[in-house]
Amino acid sequence: MTPFRSNPRSPWARFCRNRRAVVCLFLLCLELLLVFLLPPLMGLEPNVSDLEAGFWAPPSPAHWLGTDDVGRDLLARLLCGGQVSLLIGLSAAAISAALGVPLGLLAGYRRGAWEFWLMRLADIVQSFPSIILVLCLVALVGPSALNIVLVLGLLGWTGIARLVYGNTLTVRDQEYVVAARALGASRGFLLRRNVLPNVVAPVWCSIPLRAGRAILSESSLSFLGVGIRTPQASWGSLIQAAADLTVLTSRPWAWIPPSLCIIFTVLCLAVIGDGLRDALDPRSRRLPD
Amino acid sequence: MGRYIRSRLITAIPVFFGITLLVFLMVNLAPGTITDLMGEGAANEADRAALEASLGLDQPLPLRYAGWLAGLFQGDLGQSYFYNRPVSRLIVQRVGPSLLLTGSGVALAVAAALPLGVLAAWKPRSVWDRLASFLSLLSFGVPGFVLCLGGIALFAVTLGWLPTHGMYAAGTFTSLGDLLRHLVLPAGVVCLSSLGELVKQTRSACLESLGQDYILTARAKGLTDGAVMVRHAFRGSLVPVLTTILSHIPHILGGSVVVEQIFGWPGMGSLLFSAISQRDYPLVMGVTVVVALGVLLTNLLLDLVYGLADPRVRYGKE
Repeated sequence: MTPFRSNPRSPWARFCRNRRAVVCLFLLCLELLLVFLLPPLMGLEPNVSDLEAGFWAPPSPAHWLGTDDVGRDLLARLLCGGQVSLLIGLSAAAISAALGVPLGLLAGYRRGAWEFWLMRLADIVQSFPSIILVLCLVALVGPSALNIVLVLGLLGWTGIARLVYGNTLTVRDQEYVVAARALGASRGFLLRRNVLPNVVAPVWCSIPLRAGRAILSESSLSFLGVGIRTPQASWGSLIQAAADLTVLTSRPWAWIPPSLCIIFTVLCLAVIGDGLRDALDPRSRRLPD
Repeated sequence: MGRYIRSRLITAIPVFFGITLLVFLMVNLAPGTITDLMGEGAANEADRAALEASLGLDQPLPLRYAGWLAGLFQGDLGQSYFYNRPVSRLIVQRVGPSLLLTGSGVALAVAAALPLGVLAAWKPRSVWDRLASFLSLLSFGVPGFVLCLGGIALFAVTLGWLPTHGMYAAGTFTSLGDLLRHLVLPAGVVCLSSLGELVKQTRSACLESLGQDYILTARAKGLTDGAVMVRHAFRGSLVPVLTTILSHIPHILGGSVVVEQIFGWPGMGSLLFSAISQRDYPLVMGVTVVVALGVLLTNLLLDLVYGLADPRVRYGKE
């Protein structure tokens, strides 16, 4: 399981050779910068109604994407909604990984009761369609950005834990681990230095995918009116306006930009995830992709 | 085989109790009880206590869990607060439409994904391969509700071909054509959102089995490419493809909550959604538990079918 040693190029160098993935990474960073820097630079106010422009104003030089039902600038709301959506997605993925990696290691390395109960817990969580569990929990604990991050993050660990668990099972009896154990390495040292580096590769590829899924879940929740609520915006809650058929058909500038933002971000994350997979696991290169 | 079945059943038991316990705790530990809603206005402490006692909410948690579980085994999921009718009867009414929607969506997706996946594996970098990767990106990246909105905007409002809402035009069943017209858009969305993953898995499973020795043998026998592809490579990849289809069921069910809600489809998803917004706890518990147990049962059956169908699975797991 040490495929990188034999290859002189580092995983990062291999990632850089994948032009599509690099472009997507660049675009995603650009998007993050725009979303966080543009509102203060352009002096955009997401929560101020422009009464002169009126309600549902079409795009104009003053309001590039028009205004919403109470006269708020839609570009400002799109960017600030982007901050919320992106932060929720990325931090939920980080929480899932921070939880899934140690739990997967524990289950795979200690085995026995740890293995049985942790994997049964994963079975239990995975028996629920995730959106249903998220919907119930968020509705019960109250819809706020923090609660959504926590619920998505805490429920997302199972996939990552299973990946780490499966790899740990194969690594734990490899000769180098047995050798280190025979040399008297403590369990913590062994897990950190010998097992962990050899099992995390698939986790790196699944983090962008998890972030993408979290963004999709958050936007579905907000679209259904159970997630981010006004005056705060997220991409999903902006699209909610299109539940009204007049908005849907005659004011496409209100809901198409946030939809495109979601699609763009999620696809970028998916391509980055694929790129990381290819970079970290040279064996997968054999399949034409 | 007996040992295999037994070991699968034994692992399913803690999962079953875990599912029920999770649903129970989730709903019962949530802040705010039904008395806050029902007793709004005229409630004094005595009324609240009486209401809680009449709903059995004054009993300790373990006792309530045991009572709920005992009811579950008898098919009694309690009384809905909002509809004031048995939860089980409400669910039974909604199961049919839900199965119809997800079933037709998934059937469409399978019918389209299998040939496309095989073609994409057969001819890498062809139009089919490109179409396959485009579809898998589409269904991963485009949220279901955007697909719904796009479908409504295009086919229902602009072109006026299809209805935007509901299951029947007249409120009840009038003709099969009417039902089908209402079914097309939601089932199309369900199909599109599960299509990509299926195509991707079919393609990679076929590629995987193309590298096996038995393909070489089949080629050496002089079979045509098509015969090798369909009768050997595709058959060899049926098990992973079946796994993908069935492991996708929770996703599809989850996605159909959104689809049902948008299209006003009278299924379990929209029932759950309205139950959540009305804080109808017995109904929320009932629907969630039925869905999760359905998934558990599907997985269990799947394991058993594998054990019967593929001897390697059986020996591998023991």
